[in-house]
Amino acid sequence: MFKKLTITALTALTLGAGGALAAGGGAHVTDYDFSFEGPFGRYDQAQLQRGLQIYTEICSACHGLELVAFRTLSDPGGPSLSDEAMRDYASAFEVFDEELEDWRPAKPIDHFPESMDPNAPDLSLMAKARVGFHGPHGTGLNQLFKGMGGAEYIATYLQSFTDDVKEEAGSVFYYNHVFPDNWSGMAPALYGDDVFYADGTEATMQQEAKDVAAFLMWVAEPHLMARKQAGFVSVMFLTVLTVLLYLANKRLWAPYKPSKQV
Amino acid sequence: MSGIPHDHYEPKLGSEKWLHRRLPIVGLLYDTLMIPTPKNLNWMWIWGVVLFFTLVLQIVTGIVLAMHYVPHADMAFASIEHIMRNVNGGYFIRYLHMNGASLFFIAVYLHIFRGIYYGSYKSPRELTWIIGILIYLAMMATAFMGYVLPWGQMSFWGATVITGLFGAIPWVGEPLLTWLQGGPAVDSPTLTRFFSLHYLLPFVILGLSIVHVWAFHTTGNNNPTGVEVRRTSREEADADTLPFWPYFVIKDLFALGVVLVIFFAIVGFMPNYLGHPDNYIPADPLVTPPHIVPEWYFLPFYAILRAFDGDVWAVQLLDWMSFGVIDAKFFGVLAMFGSILIMALLPWLDTSNVRSGRFRPMFKVAFWIFFIDFFVLMWAGAMPAEGIYPTVALVGTVVWFGFFLVVLPVLGVIEKPLPQPDTIEEDFNAHYGDGAAGGKAVPSPAE
Repeated sequence: MFKKLTITALTALTLGAGGALAAGGGAHVTDYDFSFEGPFGRYDQAQLQRGLQIYTEICSACHGLELVAFRTLSDPGGPSLSDEAMRDYASAFEVFDEELEDWRPAKPIDHFPESMDPNAPDLSLMAKARVGFHGPHGTGLNQLFKGMGGAEYIATYLQSFTDDVKEEAGSVFYYNHVFPDNWSGMAPALYGDDVFYADGTEATMQQEAKDVAAFLMWVAEPHLMARKQAGFVSVMFLTVLTVLLYLANKRLWAPYKPSKQV
Repeated sequence: MSGIPHDHYEPKLGSEKWLHRRLPIVGLLYDTLMIPTPKNLNWMWIWGVVLFFTLVLQIVTGIVLAMHYVPHADMAFASIEHIMRNVNGGYFIRYLHMNGASLFFIAVYLHIFRGIYYGSYKSPRELTWIIGILIYLAMMATAFMGYVLPWGQMSFWGATVITGLFGAIPWVGEPLLTWLQGGPAVDSPTLTRFFSLHYLLPFVILGLSIVHVWAFHTTGNNNPTGVEVRRTSREEADADTLPFWPYFVIKDLFALGVVLVIFFAIVGFMPNYLGHPDNYIPADPLVTPPHIVPEWYFLPFYAILRAFDGDVWAVQLLDWMSFGVIDAKFFGVLAMFGSILIMALLPWLDTSNVRSGRFRPMFKVAFWIFFIDFFVLMWAGAMPAEGIYPTVALVGTVVWFGFFLVVLPVLGVIEKPLPQPDTIEEDFNAHYGDGAAGGKAVPSPAE
């Protein structure tokens, strides 16, 4: 019994140790390697900043981030803009002030605006509201080890448009491989070289898609790194405590279990 | 407390005597902690302590979450995100609470299966068992209402489907449904009453748990052999048992440690694994999710609910015989609640006078089929109600009820049980060697 329990505990400890189990083939959603996967996964600050750029220059034309406050852009563990850069960034947005009864430039405590296009969903939690490949064989093991795959879904979705278009009830729909019924209300948004990256990264379509997906993951789970750290520290302390309890228990029972004495 | 002879609390100091004459609370705690416990308990007897820990964890994290949560249809979703983003450590507290529900159900299912396998429900422990089933029902209600509180898509539509079950009851269904929801549909009034009850029920569970422990402290623990502790003399009782403190407290805490290592790994590294992504989409009464599923711990019963559609001949027959009062939907509701309530009747459905499954070769086979059936139903419940899955669910449901209504009553008559050990001491020594010091009471194990 001890053996079984120990093996289970060890399995849990090594959970998410990176790509231990490769995502099975045949999935529509590409299993990209993101830096935030696994128990020690961290957001890539430069990537989040590039993703913020994509969001600002492209996505924000329609989509909002109403749950996200501008001030969080300078939080450690996120895009970590300097305080000044964050204030500059915020002031480029206009928000409606109920006290002034007028529009004014946004302050750090204000939230991003809601979606400009009422048909475009808010993106604050999109990376947690979508999942990637659930497999292999419907077991969901790759999600257990590598995360739910919301960012992978977003990155794949942005690259999976074809040229097919259909019009239905006055709305235009665009064919997309990974979208649930294949007809997405959103037009293709990325083509490559849509933005100019200041850090010299080449703005290929895939690069842009991965960057904005990583940014949306941070937007949905801003405390991911702190959470993983807290989880790891908890697991370490509990492991030490459990080993001590194991030894105490063994010693306590020893007089009653002569055949088990070493 | 129990009828097993053992030491009782003796106040020594003057202050102890003063207190004991007025309020024997120390004596109560002493007798509770020092209860003689069969020394052959195996590792399946740890789940009670895990469950108590989880209940406390859920109450403590829940109270903190309630300080920041707003039970209103327009604000609930945003208030949860406020907890996740702005409250200090809020993301961890909320993930603990969210996954704590899963830990609760994993532990309770193992606890219940332990009880079934070792016949813990049999005389004289029927009341412990029935109180346990009541706790389980209260847990299900609490978990269901808790899942509604974040007011995501699955919260809303889960609430709509489950409260809708009550609408299937003939004649009183519609007014009952309106009364439960606080209006014509699931909305803010539903949310506020669910929040209120979600806060109340854990304390009902706590009260029931204390009665649950009281009941089995009166009868004494069951054990893997199902053989009772000898109560004829102090020596014999001591040879069969060890006091709960420290022997079982340390053992259970070790087991709890192992469970918590896994639990914290899940909370820290994959907290959304057991959840549904749709619940990160705010509730929208106008958009039905393509596939409404409850949390994993309700899936077996959800499968039973959906197993009976109008194509099943038994449903058609009952529909016809009841002049349409019991239609397919109501039949499913009856089957679902029946599949849980039938567990409360176990003490009388099982006719065998042998308690432990260890000595019942045919019961063993039936038990493992029943155990696998639980997971088959869970799988069928997660799948869309089309193709082969309704059939799988129907077969699983027949196996479920067959176990309780046919197999258990019949096995008691036809089964030839294996010989049982005379005493717990005999069983224990067979495992851990004869001449164990346990035969003679050793007061202090610490050298």
